[in-house]
Amino acid sequence: MPKYLLLKHYRGGPEPHRPFPPMDQWAPGDVEAHIAFQRHVVELLQENGEYVDAQALTPTRTWVRYGGPDAAPVTTDGPLPETSDLIAGWYMIDVDSHERALELAAYVSSEPGPGGETMYEWIDVREVMSGAPPEE
Amino acid sequence: MAGRPADPLDEGALRALVPRVLAAMVRRGEQFDAAEDALQEALLEALRSWPEHPPRDPRAWLTTVATRRLLDARRSEAARHRREEEIVEEAARAQPPPTAAAAEDDTLFLLFCCCHPDLSPASQVALTLRAVGGLTTREIADAFYVPEATMAQRISRAKRTLRGRRLDQPGDLAVVLRVLYLVYTAGHAGRVDLAGEAIRLARQLAAATDEPEARGLLALMLLNHARLPARLDAEGRIVTLDRQDRSRWDSREIAEGVSILQSALAQQTEERPPGRYQIEAAIAALHDDAASAEETDWPQILSWYDDLVALTADPARRDPAAVLGRAVAVGHVDGAAVGLRETERLRESIGDRHRWHAVRGHLHELAGDPSAAAAAYAEAARRATNVAERDHLVRQAARQHARADAAPG
Repeated sequence: MPKYLLLKHYRGGPEPHRPFPPMDQWAPGDVEAHIAFQRHVVELLQENGEYVDAQALTPTRTWVRYGGPDAAPVTTDGPLPETSDLIAGWYMIDVDSHERALELAAYVSSEPGPGGETMYEWIDVREVMSGAPPEE
Repeated sequence: MAGRPADPLDEGALRALVPRVLAAMVRRGEQFDAAEDALQEALLEALRSWPEHPPRDPRAWLTTVATRRLLDARRSEAARHRREEEIVEEAARAQPPPTAAAAEDDTLFLLFCCCHPDLSPASQVALTLRAVGGLTTREIADAFYVPEATMAQRISRAKRTLRGRRLDQPGDLAVVLRVLYLVYTAGHAGRVDLAGEAIRLARQLAAATDEPEARGLLALMLLNHARLPARLDAEGRIVTLDRQDRSRWDSREIAEGVSILQSALAQQTEERPPGRYQIEAAIAALHDDAASAEETDWPQILSWYDDLVALTADPARRDPAAVLGRAVAVGHVDGAAVGLRETERLRESIGDRHRWHAVRGHLHELAGDPSAAAAAYAEAARRATNVAERDHLVRQAARQHARADAAPG
């Protein structure tokens, strides 16, 4: 069974199907509904036997590279341009097919936003390479 | 364990034997490293076989099996086999009858080994949970959400570091206290109840030493743990102290914490004022003591915070958490504006941390400024590193945002 990452982004990706303000500016009830939906997705995946992992990332990012012999690692100062991709988190799933992964990603994207309206958020679906030895 | 009520295996009692058996093995000259590995194997075997075949003398059983494993690991020539078998039986027979004082010495001895200052905090925690707490590697790995192999490696590296170090000297009690507190704060919600485990270890430590800070730490844990049932609502949302249903607090735990704290504080003298854990426990006790949020004795809390801050030179840099806690107390005693001014002293040291922004959100809220509160909570949410906390801060921001929108003007 292939594994997939369903990635959510803070920014980046295709033009939003429906732009929305940051969540801290939503009506409190809408915030509750949104968080409840995310919890429900995890429960659903667990009940289906398709859940592997779900994690959220903080929006703080540091790029770092080797600084050379005896030198400290080199890091970027300050935030990058607002246009660069920034991953917010993921669901990792173990499913029967690519189609099933797309189906679940679309469901994730149907989460409720401000005013209870569907968000249509773009979800980045990536297949995880198998580590098993290839068959003859 | 839940679902196995007829199970004759008392896991708590089994785990309590671990430090006793290990200390005895190390004291009779075995390497800490190898003895601890052998005992872990014996523990796993006990967990498997005791439910069906409970031993007559659990301690002797563990000692015998661990010693046998130790010899198995060491055995190279079959010819030595017979002599070693005799050693095994000898070791089991030589067990001194258990006494309370010996148990306390064993615990303290092993805590000093596991909390050796040369080890990293993560290693100290892992080793303490295994060698003193009697948890299996699997359980410790689960508690910290890392693969079992990773945790096994961390533990064996820690023990390699200890190899060759003298372990018979009294260690640094301050490090032991910090490690136990780390265990306590590491988890309330994991698959393993680390908070409960930390309380159990702190109890053992408090029984093993007269140091009032050991009792201060135990009291602090109990007084915080007492509020745990009210800290999350049915949906798993964080409920702040001022909104908690106080009838759900564990009054027995509070009473016990208060009495342990009093016995520690009774030992203070001019030259020996209460240390940080006693002070923090006193603050926790004052919160626990209030029948409602409005009845909280903030002036008294502030005066304890004054003592806490005074323990450290340059507290804004060296102990910003204490200064931040004090700023909240100042806000409640002298007004939110004064509290906010206090937080300014911390802008340089922790101005990029979520907690600093969250406290400012709270103080702006207290000042009746919902739009400033909303902005501070939103900043805090962006910096949070815990999902439940992040969600809580987003809710706070949204709530204040809605309030600001509703306000006239």
